[in-house]
Amino acid sequence: MTLDQKLVAFRTIFYKEVVRFSRIWIQTILPPVITTSLYFVIFGGLIGRQIHAMEGVRYMDFIVPGLIMMSVITNSYSNVVSSFYGAKFQRSVEEILVSPTPNWIILSGFIAGGVARGLVVGGVVTVVSLFFSRLHVYNLWVSVSVVLLTAVLFSLGGFINSIFARNFDDISIVPTFVLTPLTYLGGIFYSIQMLPEFWRRISLGNPILYMINAFRYGFLGISDINLDLSYGIIIAFILVLAAISLYLLDRGYGMRS
Amino acid sequence: MTPALSIRNLTKTYKSGYTALKGIDLDVNPGDFFALLGPNGAGKSTTIGIVTSLVTKTGGKVSVFGHDIDTDFSKAKSCIGLVPQEINLNIFEPLIQILVNQAGYYGIARRRALERAEYYLSRLGLWDRRNDAVRTLSGGMKRRMMIARALIHNPRLLILDEPTAGVDIEIRRSMWEFLHEINAAGTTIILTTHYLEEAESLCRHIAIIDNGLLVENTTMKKLLAKLHTETFVLDLRMPLMQLPPLPGHDIRMLDDHTLEVEISRDSGINKLFADLSARNIEVLSMRNKTNRLEQLFMSLVEGSRQHRAAGRRRQA
Repeated sequence: MTLDQKLVAFRTIFYKEVVRFSRIWIQTILPPVITTSLYFVIFGGLIGRQIHAMEGVRYMDFIVPGLIMMSVITNSYSNVVSSFYGAKFQRSVEEILVSPTPNWIILSGFIAGGVARGLVVGGVVTVVSLFFSRLHVYNLWVSVSVVLLTAVLFSLGGFINSIFARNFDDISIVPTFVLTPLTYLGGIFYSIQMLPEFWRRISLGNPILYMINAFRYGFLGISDINLDLSYGIIIAFILVLAAISLYLLDRGYGMRS
Repeated sequence: MTPALSIRNLTKTYKSGYTALKGIDLDVNPGDFFALLGPNGAGKSTTIGIVTSLVTKTGGKVSVFGHDIDTDFSKAKSCIGLVPQEINLNIFEPLIQILVNQAGYYGIARRRALERAEYYLSRLGLWDRRNDAVRTLSGGMKRRMMIARALIHNPRLLILDEPTAGVDIEIRRSMWEFLHEINAAGTTIILTTHYLEEAESLCRHIAIIDNGLLVENTTMKKLLAKLHTETFVLDLRMPLMQLPPLPGHDIRMLDDHTLEVEISRDSGINKLFADLSARNIEVLSMRNKTNRLEQLFMSLVEGSRQHRAAGRRRQA
């Protein structure tokens, strides 16, 4: 395939993914917006009033970046896992597998689709947050780069999950038992400085903590974690997960006999 | 001349230990209409899966129009269009979108893809349904849609794995006509089917696989020439109380209006009609009891099985 043809193939997969989640926006975009709005109302508006400032920032303003990031993580992941597993389940994935589209283009297309949904939902949640908080951006480049990289990382995670999944239960196990606990314990609602030494050290083993803190730094200029370390961890995870994804695609794991 | 498909010593053993292919050699010439037949589990779909890269081979070499599927996979895949046995369409997507996407996977830009989609959907009688989701189509429509999808990138080699399974006779005939047309226009076609009448009326070459081995690979003409006898059923105008003696003919009475006769290729059918006429037996109509190819297919497969059984006995 020429470069132009590869570009057409990439655009096709990306466009297909965007059309898919846009067509079912009531299932894909609306629910996370409603859920996050409830967080804003309950944790920020009602309970948050009783909580003193966190690292010098109003509690509501403190939790907003984490909640935006949570919606980006969940939606990037679930877009790829459900779309690719759905294609596997219906065997329509064979449409791509028999074509000359290289595996790295297939992967890039699905990841771009996951990133697109993550960013759309994250964008809508950001707009909703304006009704509850005085959002300001401390460092736009950090905010944008961290949210993009995180969306890529979790799209890759969703892709790997979909390859190993053998039934629809398998695509909800990781989000329910791994992703959600790690996200909640990743410092959305609190600073890890508040934790006892032991739990603080344990928390440092949670990769999502680095993403949420780096993203929060982009908005508020405060972080529990060194920014360079956060970037390093996110990029390292992306490289490892991308390599695993490509290896699985090359082997045709779960797709080729 | 570079073959459209060249297969050398192709083997496949699945993880379960089951060996589906035991070393197949096969050439399909460009422009041919080729039938790949065999009983269920013979290895036809495994062969097709390997050629289209949906199944990983254990050993051997496969090339498509001279492009090796291992080293030159991009060009090899560009040459192939596949109509799989199982329906593998995304049931939620509209037909036009599926075709445009499929073209996109081959690097064909949207505008040209839309033109081709219109052509193939119209040719296959699906244009009016272009914006409907696949789940609203009938079984026959889904099969035709899979043919349109396989052709959207204008492949030089079209592989159809039981394309007319479960399709009514009218649609099946129109699909045959369409396949004849695209073959006449230069597309090489490989077809697997359980309808042997389909293979006989469409294909010029034929290969029969049984138990992972090729048991026959020849032209349809040569294969049918191997048939020594044919069984015909004769419908009579008047009822017959008793079959008069007809020396030299292997004939049976099925009921008072029907006879069954075995005709050898050497003797021909004229003598039978003359003998029947001499006894005032008038034949109203006549038909083959079984499809000629079906008869041969059964004898070849049966022969191959007996050969294997004898081999096993010798080993024991």
